[in-house]
Order: sequence, then structure tokens, then C-alpha cells
Amino acid sequence: MIVLLILIPVVAGIISFFVKSGKAARTLALGASLLTFLAALVLVITAKGTVTLDKEWLPQIGSNFSLSMDGMAKMLCLLNAVALPLILSSTIRERYSNKGNFFGLLLLTQAGMMGVFLAADVLLFYFFWELALIPIYFLCSQYGGEKKIQAIFKFFIYTFLGSLFLLIGIIYLYLKTPDQSFALSSFYHLHLTATEQNIGFWLFFLAFAIKMPVFPLHTWQPDAYEQAPSAGTMILSAVMVKMGIYATIRYVLPIFPEAVHTFNHIIIIFAVVGLLYASLIAIRQDDLKRLIAYSSIAHIGLMCAAVFSLQEIGLEGVMIQMFNHGINVLGLWIVASAIEQQTGTRKLSEMGGLATKAPVLAILFMIMTLANVSLPLTNSFIGEFLMFNGLFRYNIWAGAFACVSIILVAIYSLWAMQKMFYGEVSEFTKNAVEAPKNTQYALVVITIVIIVLGVYPAPLLDLTKDTVQAVMHLK
Amino acid sequence: MNAIILSAIFGIVMMLSSAFVKNTKAYKSIALVGLIIILLANICETYSHSWLNIPTYDMLAFDRFGLYFNTLAIACTILFSAFSQREIERVGRYVGEYFALIFFVLCGIFILSAFNNLLMLFIGIEIMSIPLYILTGARKENLKSNEASLKYFLMGSFSTGILLMGIALVYGGTGDFALTHHVEQINTSIAGAVNQRMSFLDVAGMILILTGMCFKVSAAPFHFWAPDIYDGSPSVFSSFMATIVKAGAFIAFIRLFALRENETTILQNALIGVDWKMLFSIIIVATLLFGNITAIFQQSVKRMLAYSSIAQAGFMLFALLSLNDTAKEGLLLYVVAYSVATIGLFGILAKMKDYTLAGYNGMAKSHPTLAFANAIFLLSLSGIPLSIGFFAKYYMLMAVIQTGGYMWVAIVGIIFAVISVFYYFRVIWSMYFKEGTVELKYPATKGFKILAVILALIIILLGTFPQIILNFLYF
Repeated sequence: MIVLLILIPVVAGIISFFVKSGKAARTLALGASLLTFLAALVLVITAKGTVTLDKEWLPQIGSNFSLSMDGMAKMLCLLNAVALPLILSSTIRERYSNKGNFFGLLLLTQAGMMGVFLAADVLLFYFFWELALIPIYFLCSQYGGEKKIQAIFKFFIYTFLGSLFLLIGIIYLYLKTPDQSFALSSFYHLHLTATEQNIGFWLFFLAFAIKMPVFPLHTWQPDAYEQAPSAGTMILSAVMVKMGIYATIRYVLPIFPEAVHTFNHIIIIFAVVGLLYASLIAIRQDDLKRLIAYSSIAHIGLMCAAVFSLQEIGLEGVMIQMFNHGINVLGLWIVASAIEQQTGTRKLSEMGGLATKAPVLAILFMIMTLANVSLPLTNSFIGEFLMFNGLFRYNIWAGAFACVSIILVAIYSLWAMQKMFYGEVSEFTKNAVEAPKNTQYALVVITIVIIVLGVYPAPLLDLTKDTVQAVMHLK
Repeated sequence: MNAIILSAIFGIVMMLSSAFVKNTKAYKSIALVGLIIILLANICETYSHSWLNIPTYDMLAFDRFGLYFNTLAIACTILFSAFSQREIERVGRYVGEYFALIFFVLCGIFILSAFNNLLMLFIGIEIMSIPLYILTGARKENLKSNEASLKYFLMGSFSTGILLMGIALVYGGTGDFALTHHVEQINTSIAGAVNQRMSFLDVAGMILILTGMCFKVSAAPFHFWAPDIYDGSPSVFSSFMATIVKAGAFIAFIRLFALRENETTILQNALIGVDWKMLFSIIIVATLLFGNITAIFQQSVKRMLAYSSIAQAGFMLFALLSLNDTAKEGLLLYVVAYSVATIGLFGILAKMKDYTLAGYNGMAKSHPTLAFANAIFLLSLSGIPLSIGFFAKYYMLMAVIQTGGYMWVAIVGIIFAVISVFYYFRVIWSMYFKEGTVELKYPATKGFKILAVILALIIILLGTFPQIILNFLYF
């Protein structure tokens, strides 16, 4: 059952490359993504505890095809599975040449990310980590904006450099395992000296920090988000950056506990500085996509700081925030691309008065913005509250500085809202109409999720409790 | 022994058939049959059914590793000649002789994979090189080809001269041409060597032998011949030289060092007290540096592949730095990975009208199959997971890290691996993300396309299950 989560998108993706008709490819992709979603939902609801699968793959070097699905993996698989149908249904009207190719790459990206979340074997994890990158690289470089080749290649080189360091780290630790095995459990039971931990920590964390991205390794992100096609940006920011947080919790915290205690101060400083820096930059952005990109960097910075605060409550916050940020940022991107389609521009200064032209869109964007600000009753409130709580317990100053970002988020979000939707109608916005129905449906689904999880976040907390407990008690 | 004798016989058969068989189409069939017979005979010998036994008085020693390398080299040659047969026919009028020369080259490689005596090393290198000088100049009316041939001949014979001088000095120092000594003998000879404060002749001779071998594998600083010669000779033969021949030189190089625990070679005896690992590290870093950095600036794909072959040689040299079981397995994997990908790239290149990067523009639209195959070859060369190139690099890094103390070489290696991604991906950019039409000088037949896809699938299959290759080394 668990392997279906990877198998469905892979098979559908490969078939999709050979489908000539755009319509058939679209139906195939949508059907496959819904099927994956269904499978993920069934697994999350029915499965008790951790689901595992273990098949022999490379016995000579001690690597198995083993998957395991604990609370955190369940949640992220669900996010991954939920994101793709939403992305597909909201972008389905966009015109691409060679649709089969486009959807195939999108599905393969999803499969790669599923593998990252499920892998319980470190080499397998590395495999999927890279495999998620290749299709998204091709996707964004073929269908993106004007400067796509350079921007996406920058993203690729950054991540590839990080993952090669990760590979060195993996080999380094593998040689230290007593039974020469890549199994995650034998990595957990390593006895490393302080120096070994420090070396391994940086080799691993560098890759994850680039993916998140943590200040000062974030420079690929605004360019990549700006230049990627909207579906690519959505999958990158909604799901793929979560890979960095996920991997930090899954690998860095349990394998290098002492190094984490040594370095967590530095990392929190970087994360908090990045959080404030990105928020300040976001205020000055005139491009809607870059604004959302910086806002995303800020949110991820907070999550990273909360992870390294090493407080149980902060980690709980990170867990639910990973899911909620994925949903919210997806909503923001969908609205942003709808606005771009209507007005033909992304410049905030060129827009205005959209609320009179497209009131429904305005309301939906308002909800997304409020969720981004983490207003109470929206889903991200509880997550941010828990994370700030964790940070305060770690150090009051770190918490205090991080809290400044709440104000900054409100400033740039509401400012953007104001510039786009209110004021004079500009020449770009005068012909704007409501977004198409499919986009609206996708946004309504997201709105429902935002409100339901905002009022009743307990399911997510329950789902990920086992991972939080496991991580906190391994130390 | 089977392979050496049969390849010499088939070389003569091909020569005679070029005199008596008038039908040019027949040559490739004869050659293919010959190669398959040699392959089968070699496999039989691997499982100890050798029927062409000639006493070699310990000058040749056939072991599992060398024989298995032969199998891989023949298999790659079969792939090469199947993939490029039409190009071989197009080089000139003397098709039969080209095949004859290829057989003689193979004969030299088989001697190199089995030599146990420094004289046989010299003979093997000469048998391998002289036919290559002719093949390089096969396009007689082409000035560039002539120039390359002369250059190769002068440089090659000069370096062989240096090698021979080294052998002579070692003989002067030790009074023996034999490569290996058994443990009892070494202990006395080590003691003797240390007492004599290392014979000057030994060290000087070894340095000269190393220089000669570095020339043959195009390791820096003896790499300057490679780009001009690969660029000048007909593309098919550059492909052969850059892959199978280079692999043969590497196997000779690694045989100079002991591969079994209770043995040590004359080379290692001579180098006792010399920090030769440091020497190799410097050679590796220099090779990676020159190969990769120069490759970035190439506009012609053919020249880029020439520099890439230098860069890849830098990675293969990792095996010589580490000299453990992983390195042995890794070298075999690397040879296959690098050869298959390079044969594929050169095979497609030979069909192109324009060898520059701009000549590849828009290949994905006009020739999707060839572009797909090319992309897989390039991804494999850059070491992306799911291609055999990843496992090749993985084994090499693993071998170096296992050695201990040479972590920095591994880190330098991955930095250059990231740089190599840049120039490999530039071809992908041209093919997939740029507009243009690709004109082929020679039409790509259906069979050619199928073979290209088969090569690509081999890469993916071996990238998923590298054990397919390695199992045969032991079972």
C-alpha cells in the first residue's frame, strides 16, 4: 500500500510523456494525483502507528528499499498528495506546449518528494532527494519566465552542491556503522565522537539548509520562484522546501545530538536574522512573486529556529506549521497567478482597485493574507504560537526578535493587499474579471482547510505526536 | 590467454578479408562475429575453461579482476561498433583495416590487463598505441586528422620512451623485471631497501614509469595531447580512444600496484618511504582542475568531451589513491559508466553537422529520441542518481573516504563534480531550452535510435542495480 504513493505518480508520469494529446495528459495527471491523494488519505486514516516496507535492493553495500511512514511522514505525504490536485486544477487553463511532458515532469517531482518523506534507508533517501530535483529542474527550465535558464540553474547548482556534501556525509557515517548498513536505525545507533559529530553535522545540515533555505544560503529562492512557471513555483514552495525541515528533524537532530547542542545557537541566530531580513526585504518588494518568495523565506526561517530551539512545544509547532504553511503558500501562489493572468503584470505599483473588478478574488486573497499573517482562527496561528513559545523557552531574546516579524508580516501582507485591491483602478486592472471557476474552487478548498485547521488543529497534533516524542526522547 | 590470441587472430583475419572480400558491408559482420567469439572465449576463461594455453613463464598472470575487465572492455567494444558501425564505414575506404586495428588495440588491452612483468607492460602499451596512431590519421585527406596523428605519434612514442627508460632503471636497481613478489621476498627486500637508504635507481625509475602512465591516462600535467588529438581524429575513433583505450591504460596503471593482500609490487617496493599518496592527490587535483575548468570554456561539444575525458580520468585516479576492494569495484563501474555514456555521446555527435553547442539547439524538438538519450548520457556523466554514473562516483568517493586521511581529496572532487555539471548541462540547455533546428549530416536510422535508447536504458538499469556488474566479479 505504502509503495503506491510513489508508484502511482511514477507510472502515470512515465505514461504521460508518451501521451500526445494535451487533454488526455491533463486527465491522466489529474486522475493520478487524485488517486495518490486517496491512497494517502486512506493510509493516514486507517494506519495505526508506523507503516513500513522492506525489500532487498543492494545487499552488498547494505542498502535496502525500505520505506517507513510515521506521523511526520504521514502528514507531509498528505500535504504532497493534496497539493498536486490543487495545483493541477488551478493551473489547468494555462497554455503549455507539449502538455504530456509538463504533467509527466510534475508527477515525477511528486514521486521523488514522496520518496524523500518515506525513505527509511539513507542511501534511498539520497536517491529520492536528487530525483525530486531533476524533473523540477527540467520543468522550470522549459516552461518558466525569460531568465529561467540561469535562475533555475542557480537553484540546481546550489542544491546539487549541498547534496554532494550530504553524500560525503552519508558515506562518512556509513563507514562508521558497525554492520555496514544504510538503514536509518543503524545510523540512529551510531556512537560518534564530538569531532565526528561536528563534521557530520555540517555535511548534512548544509544540504538541508540550502533546501530550506536558511539565510545566507537563500539567494537562489527569489530568482527561482520568480522565473519558474506557476505550477513549478507552487510545488517548490508548498512541498519541496519542507524537505529541508523534514530532513533536519529526521536526520540531523537524532544522529548528531551533541553537535546540535553545540551549534544550535549559531543556527538560531542565522535563522532569526534571516527571518527579519527577509521580512524587511519583502516590505520593499514591488513584484508580487518575489514578495511571496521572501515571505516564504521568513516563515521557513522561523521554522528552522523553532526546530533548533530543541523544545518539545516548538517542534510540535513546526510539525503543524509545515503542513499549514504548505497550504497557505499554495493559496497565495494560486491567487497571485490568477491576478497575473487577469492583469498581465506582477508589479504592485501597477495594480489597484481590483476589489471592485473581482470581489470574490479579493475576499479569497484576504483570507490567504490573513492566514499568512497568522491571525487567530486561521490555521497558522496555532503553529506560530507554539513555535514562538518554544523560542521563548529557549531564549527570551531570540523569541523577542523573532516576534518582531509578526508585525513585519502584517505590514507587507496588508500593504500588498491594499496596493492591489484598493485605490484607483489602473490601466492594467481595468479589464480584469473574476478568476476562472477552477481556480476559485481550488481556493475555496484551501479556505476550508485554513479555517477548519485554524479552529480545530488537534488532528495534526495527534498525527505527529509520535515523531515529536521519538525525536525528543532519542536525545 | 584466449582473448589475447583470438584478438590477434581476428586482427589478421580482418586484414586478410580486406584484401579478399570486396563487399564493404561484410566487414562489420565479420568484426561483430569476431568480437562475440572473443567475448565468449573470455567468459569461458573466467570460469577456468581456457583452451589456448601457452606457457608465459609468469610474464602474464590471469586473475579474475583482469579477465572480468576484459569482458567489460569487449562488451563496450561491441556496443561501440554496433552503435558507430556506419560512421566507421564513412571514415574512409579501408574499412576492414580499421576493424583490424581495433582488434589489435584490444589485444594490447588484454595484455595490459594481465601483465606480470614490466616488459609485458611495455609491449602491451606499444601494441595498444601503434594501431591508434594509424586510426587517428585514418582520414588521410583531412589535414587536421594528419596533424593529430603526427602529434599523437610523437608524443605517444616519447612518453613510451620515458616509460621504457623507467623500466630500464628499475631493472638496474632491482635486477628483475617481475612485477610482484610474494610476502617472504618482500620482507627481505624491504629490509634491503631500507638498509641501502632506497636505491636511487628505483625511485628515479618509478617516477619515470609514473610519468609515462600518467601520459597514457591523460592525467595532468601530461594531459595536453588529449584535446587536440580527440578533436582532430575522426569522431568514431576519438570515442574509442577516449573510452575503451583509456580504460585499458587505467587497468595497466592499477596493476602496477598490488591488488591482493599478501603481495606487493615492485612499484610499491620502490616507493617505500616516498609519500606517493600525496603525489597522487596532487595529480588528481591538478587533473580535475585542468579538465573541468578548461571544459567550461569550450564551444565545441567534441572538444568539451575531450576535456571531460580528462576530468573523468581525475575521478578514476581516485581508485589509484585508495587501492582497496571498493576502489577495484569502483574502477570497473566507472569504466562502464564513463564508456557507455561517452560512446553514446560521440556516436550521436558523429551524425551531427555542427559540433558546436549552437548546433545542438532545439534538438529536443526535432529529434526527441536522440535528445533524450543524450540527456541521459550527460546526466550519467555528471553523476546524477538513477544513472550508473552516480554509483561510479559513489564508489570512488567511498574508496577515498575509506582510505582515511584523504577526505579533502573527496571534497575537492565533489566541488569539481559540481563544476562539471555546468558544462554537461550546457548541452542539455541547448537541446531542451533553446530554439533552433538540428541538421544531421547523416540521417539517424531507426536502428540507430533504438540503439541509442538501449544505451540510455542500460545506464538507467545499471544505475538502479549496479550489482548486475559487480556480481560477476565474484560469482
